[in-house]
Amino acid sequence: MSAAAAIPLPSTLAAMLALAAGTFLLRLSGPALRARCTLPDRAGKLLEVSAVLLLAALAATSALAEGDAFTGPARPLGVLTGGVLAWRRAPFLVVVLAAAGTTALLRLAGVP
Amino acid sequence: MATTEWPTTEWPTLDGRPLDGPLLRDIGLVCLAVGVVGLSYGAVAVTSGFDWWFPVLMGVLVLAASSEFLFVGIIAAGGSPIAALLAGLLVNARHLPFGLAVPGVLGQGWRGALGAHLMNDETVVFALAQDEPERKRAAYWLCGLGILVCWPVGAALGALLGSVVRDTGALGLDAMFPAVILALILPALKDGPLRRTALAGAALALTATPFLPAGLPVLLALAALPLFAVKTKKEAMR
Repeated sequence: MSAAAAIPLPSTLAAMLALAAGTFLLRLSGPALRARCTLPDRAGKLLEVSAVLLLAALAATSALAEGDAFTGPARPLGVLTGGVLAWRRAPFLVVVLAAAGTTALLRLAGVP
Repeated sequence: MATTEWPTTEWPTLDGRPLDGPLLRDIGLVCLAVGVVGLSYGAVAVTSGFDWWFPVLMGVLVLAASSEFLFVGIIAAGGSPIAALLAGLLVNARHLPFGLAVPGVLGQGWRGALGAHLMNDETVVFALAQDEPERKRAAYWLCGLGILVCWPVGAALGALLGSVVRDTGALGLDAMFPAVILALILPALKDGPLRRTALAGAALALTATPFLPAGLPVLLALAALPLFAVKTKKEAMR
């Protein structure tokens, strides 16, 4: 059973299905565009870079921001721990669990 | 004692080309990690008032973690479904450049449609990290199919967990997603100009976060792209 807050289900479900359809179209459009016109090597390299850029920004904002405000230090410190472990070539699962564990311990100690 | 020469064995791929052990292990661990992040997603969703099946169904159909977190978060905060939809689409807009960056791994027809659905942060990173087209394709599909299973299963288990444990923040589950993304892009960031460009983009996104609607700051990071273009052009001219 859920916490039963009043979530307007039909409209939320419709929005979710629209998100699924829209996301699928976004995924299809890249390869479709690519088939129409061939890109020079340099443009291909820049596209790879832009993907890394977006992911870096996603990591930074999801580590540091909660909505449009900044989160407490517990989450970014956990992510930092994971990042250091990843830099030292620890396996992914260790990285992920260390990030969650560090954040959990900090919150246990009263850090927001 | 006779010395026996053991034949060296390699992991076969679908088409008989070797996909070596470390890569298989990495893909397995990423899928497992995605399942664990799915735990946090499912738990967050049910504690914000969704029924258990909602995050699971969304996990299968949308199959893009950050947009799903965002969608659930906006609805839970009392935002309108339209706002949640637009924010989700905005975050997923990065799949367009992704699709341009990984040519030739998707296949044709129905297989191509499923291949496109499997496109996400992790599969693109794994594909980009391989050097040969055959290995790119094998890594992309293996990772993608693994995530297609692990993400919804993780969400279902998380929904179960969330209906038992009330305060999932205490478990630090929200730190998992950024840590996964960071771990995935770190190898690419060993390239100096790329690292500096990425840091500038991330700083730009963070600065814009208090002022722009959710989803836009991440796209704004692309404004740092000319920095990389200028740097590499200078190096090429030397």
